[in-house]
Amino acid sequence: MSYNFKETMSKTERLAPGHRMCAGCGGTIAVRNVLRGLHEGDKAVIGNATGCLEVSTFTYPYTAWEDSYIHNAFENAGATLSGVEGAYRVLKRKGKLDETFKFITFGGDGGTYDIGFQSLSGAMERNTDMVYVCYDNGAYMNTGIQRSSATPMYADTTTTPVGSESNGKPQNRKDLAAIIAAHDIPYAAQTTFIGNFKDLHVKSEKAIYTPGAAFLNIMAPCPRGWRYNTPDIMEICRLGVETCYWPLFEVVEGRWILNYEPKKKLPIEDFLRPQGRFKHLFKKGNEYLIEEFQKEADRRWEELKFRCSRG
Amino acid sequence: MATDITRLGVKATWKDLTEGMVIAGAGTSKEFNTGEWSTDKPVFIEEKCKQCLLCTPVCPDSCIPVKDGKRGGFDYGHCKGCGICVKSCPFGAITMEGV
Amino acid sequence: MAKRDRLSGNEAIAIALRQINPDVFPAFPITPSTEIPQYFASFVANGQVDTEFIPVESEHSSMSAAIGASAAGARSLTATSSCGLAYMWEELYIAASNRLPLALALVNRALSGPININCDHSDSMGARDAGWIQIYAENNQEAYDNMVQAYRISEHKDVRLPIMICQDGFITSHAVENMELLEDGEVRSFVGEYEPENYLLNPECPMAVGPYSITDYYMEAKRNQAEGMKHVEKVVLEVAKEFEEISGREYGLFEAYRMEDAEYAVVMIGSAAGTTKDAVDALRKQGQKAGLLKIRLYRPFPAEAVAEALKGVKALAVMDRAEGYTNHGGPLGADVLSALYRARAKALAVNYIYGLGGRDVRVEDMEGVFATLKQIAEDGDTGETYRYLGIRE
Repeated sequence: MSYNFKETMSKTERLAPGHRMCAGCGGTIAVRNVLRGLHEGDKAVIGNATGCLEVSTFTYPYTAWEDSYIHNAFENAGATLSGVEGAYRVLKRKGKLDETFKFITFGGDGGTYDIGFQSLSGAMERNTDMVYVCYDNGAYMNTGIQRSSATPMYADTTTTPVGSESNGKPQNRKDLAAIIAAHDIPYAAQTTFIGNFKDLHVKSEKAIYTPGAAFLNIMAPCPRGWRYNTPDIMEICRLGVETCYWPLFEVVEGRWILNYEPKKKLPIEDFLRPQGRFKHLFKKGNEYLIEEFQKEADRRWEELKFRCSRG
Repeated sequence: MATDITRLGVKATWKDLTEGMVIAGAGTSKEFNTGEWSTDKPVFIEEKCKQCLLCTPVCPDSCIPVKDGKRGGFDYGHCKGCGICVKSCPFGAITMEGV
Repeated sequence: MAKRDRLSGNEAIAIALRQINPDVFPAFPITPSTEIPQYFASFVANGQVDTEFIPVESEHSSMSAAIGASAAGARSLTATSSCGLAYMWEELYIAASNRLPLALALVNRALSGPININCDHSDSMGARDAGWIQIYAENNQEAYDNMVQAYRISEHKDVRLPIMICQDGFITSHAVENMELLEDGEVRSFVGEYEPENYLLNPECPMAVGPYSITDYYMEAKRNQAEGMKHVEKVVLEVAKEFEEISGREYGLFEAYRMEDAEYAVVMIGSAAGTTKDAVDALRKQGQKAGLLKIRLYRPFPAEAVAEALKGVKALAVMDRAEGYTNHGGPLGADVLSALYRARAKALAVNYIYGLGGRDVRVEDMEGVFATLKQIAEDGDTGETYRYLGIRE
């Protein structure tokens, strides 16, 4: 798919201002740019798991959505959109509806990786014609930065606090994009905010217009939870990709494709250093923790490259 | 028919509220002013702008309007002053104190 | 033109649903309601309905999808029992607060634990405050008739609330009885087309549903929701009247069986009412003034009409097929007694817990209850008001 940046930026805005997400939020950057993947004239129903995005974008009576929108609960965004999509099929079949609607649901990593995992898995397995978008900020931010299964190892969160006996979260993060890809859905991809958003845009458009189930995992930094300098979000994302912590890839009909390979892979500490949640790793004597983090990032990167080499 | 949200202020009675708390229509959040959240505001220096538009996708608050491939002035009624756009501009066409 | 048939309660519900031809039916199996989606899936497989049948991965998802479909503008429903209903609990409240007129075919079964697959009402009683309309059946015919009337009640513009059509697990759902079915065309024209006002797939105007509500609005939102419930009794009676015109079968908020001059009455819900009718008939033959009040509409609770129907009674027993763990009785007991208190009734009342986990209720058991009531009236003293029927002491 070709990408005309100026044309894409000139499209009608589908997320209105006046929502109450924090200043500098990565979540709404993800949403705005995913919605630009919709073709002009096509209508959409947006689903949303409970979370920051939901409480901030539809605070009665103010909706920030320019399309139809449904929030149901925390753990059931997948199933809820399954029902909406089922309604669309039957209304079309009965000749009660002429227009084209697309179905996109947004969830944070709490609503996606964890509490909504079953509902998401069901919707994907049933190959529901929808896109599930996870804006992954690596913790339960809405309730105040508690660890999730998307939280990276050693992150300081309010339920994995750093202390005399703790180096932050002891476990690795779940590889959700791979798990969803293993549902054998037509399209799954991982992306974040890079340059002129070509990667995110192209993947969004593909996900929206691929018939059947599609999944996008978007790293969407949270300035409060990650504790970096708010204006630096694009740099944080770039470092996530250049250190191969957050690789850009897609899985199309079961074929794994690596979308970007850094010419010179940066050391993981370049990604970790600007973030307050990893501050303790840079204390004297904790070098081994960074080494372990690097080892795990390398292992995952090699595994991904291997998958992609098989095509 | 779209809901008239001007009747749904915090003093609305239970009879005034919409059935099922649904809002018919879209984008009613534009009526909510988030511009007052911060006194720091980005300043657009039009002469320096090359209309590359790299500032537009990074705004979390949809506050940089684009028309026919060209950006206009900031929507100060909603801009929260996060400063991301300042960092995204390669030409120094957006400034802001402290960023 | 009615047709006679021999059907189980689950078959009867499934046939009603085929005749209604709803838009979206997400479902997940659980005993004893499993047959409803099974029968329905065969209707879908054979092109007998236009419905989108969504075999989801849990009851939480079946109710979630039904909510999504209903908000989208489709007539939707699901079916479940017991723990399946408990798993939907959060969603029940959301369906009601969104004012979505979807239906739930509930086959009543005991809640775990211990796990048990047989009938009691602990599942739907747990959901009694969720904002759903609840209608109960004594037998297969009533289950079928209630299902046919369901959407006319829930979709009514003055109501717009979800509706639970309840029947007793196994006793009603699996037992085969003679019954009368309406013609397909009669049902379709009775139920009519679903025409929502606001819906997600409305191409003319988008809609947002499921907001965050700050304290300034929450309480007003709940009061607004309660207004829909206030219209239910009137609508139930109107729909019942129209239904009688096509079926010849009469329905109300409850059935008052031999209550005209009754001095001793039993108030109960569901299939055990049939057993109780036999006990009433036997006692009437002996000249005793026994009667039965069988609740059909339990939510909202028709308190004034119930108190009016019980006004001549000297002693009554409210029968709860669910524990409430209040140390003084079950949920129906609480509702009936508060209705009588408001009506300044003088009747002496006891509250029995019975039939839990499928415990059989025999005619003799109910005759024993009436004998107790007679004794209470004579003594002018209820004794312990919180009692168990059919328990091994």
